[in-house]
Amino acid sequence: MIPTPPAAKLRLATVWLAGCSGCHMSFLDLDEFLFDLAEKVDVVFSPVGTDVKIYPENVDIALVEGAVANVDNLELALQLRQRTALVISFGDCAVTANVPGLRNLLDGGHDSARAVLERGYLELADATGQLPFAPGIVPELLPKVLPLHEVIPVDLYLPGCPPSAERIREAITPLLAGERPVQEGSAMLRFG
Amino acid sequence: MSVVTLTVNGQDVAVPAGASLLEATRAAEANVPTLCHLEGLTPVSACRLCLVEVEGSSKLLPACSTAAAEGMVVHTHTPRLREYRRMTVELIFAEGNHVCAVCVANTHCELQDMAVTVGMDHSRFPYQYPQRLVDATHPQFTLDHNRCILCTRCVRVCDEIEGAHVWDIGSRGGQCHIVAGLDEPWGQVQACTSCGKCVDVCPTGALFRNSDTTAEKQPNTTLPALLRTAREQRRWHNQ
Repeated sequence: MIPTPPAAKLRLATVWLAGCSGCHMSFLDLDEFLFDLAEKVDVVFSPVGTDVKIYPENVDIALVEGAVANVDNLELALQLRQRTALVISFGDCAVTANVPGLRNLLDGGHDSARAVLERGYLELADATGQLPFAPGIVPELLPKVLPLHEVIPVDLYLPGCPPSAERIREAITPLLAGERPVQEGSAMLRFG
Repeated sequence: MSVVTLTVNGQDVAVPAGASLLEATRAAEANVPTLCHLEGLTPVSACRLCLVEVEGSSKLLPACSTAAAEGMVVHTHTPRLREYRRMTVELIFAEGNHVCAVCVANTHCELQDMAVTVGMDHSRFPYQYPQRLVDATHPQFTLDHNRCILCTRCVRVCDEIEGAHVWDIGSRGGQCHIVAGLDEPWGQVQACTSCGKCVDVCPTGALFRNSDTTAEKQPNTTLPALLRTAREQRRWHNQ
């Protein structure tokens, strides 16, 4: 699955599903390494790097932040898997569902979407509370929040809340040379 | 003092008679991981992380509660054991509600450390999201069952060191949980001396001081061994 060292630049995507964007902030913390990265990759899809709205074809590497919590997340996850050689589960929300997954504790996990909406929009609301309903505009929540690898096959896991910039760099650098990073030890693996 | 000699990962070691296999593996610097074990407390083999292979035995044996015997040939890090250990840690994560990012024990958690030790980068088992309660009835401490891994360190330290025996395990199987007193709210258990030893030895964020918020818990796991040495050998740590 690891792309061979290319003559042309690698095509890199970063994706933001159900997460707080902290992993992307950590990605931006790469600071001057971003210049080195820009020499070796084309950022073809990213909430912090491009204004592209449609996930492109023939992506080499995708860093995917966030759990899969709504129908938009699910659709994008399935799409990016088809169009990407190497998918990285980027941060604890993608790896474990983490904080977005806490709503799975509601309603015995059967339909936590309904339970969390009722809690937020009805029980805690004043007299005018109402459930959001805008088909096609506001994506519907899935009954359960899932980690990325329960929806699509994942090639590499980068835990952390967020993964530090160093951890991201240590994972990306070997990939740019067509090698797999060594995912061992506290520097690369720690949750939280 | 009589001594038994055995082989750990091809290395000959000698330990005092009556020593555990865990002590023998440590004499060989084999770094067998443990979660429920704590120096100064009786071993219970609850976590199963210290399982080792002993030649001639068809079963894997918990090193903490198996006596070292003359001539044993022990293997501590075979591919099978490594795989089982990682699987065990994944199952511990999956069966509770462990969310490191928002846990009092973040950065000081033995379960979080253990995930690194066994190379767990994700859980292959779906998280179960069990419905568990939080007991915040004690004026100083809180018990969050969501983070409990049933290591029983709290049960043992309260019984064996403090002598109050506030804690026990209630129910069975997946319903197992720590109970205070006769399954009462912790704050109503008169036997509790509020010494805090259970909080100090808890490996995760299950027991914590009320003043601790995310990543603020500071465990003290050396206490039981210190107190036991002091009482039984009249020897304090700094003497």
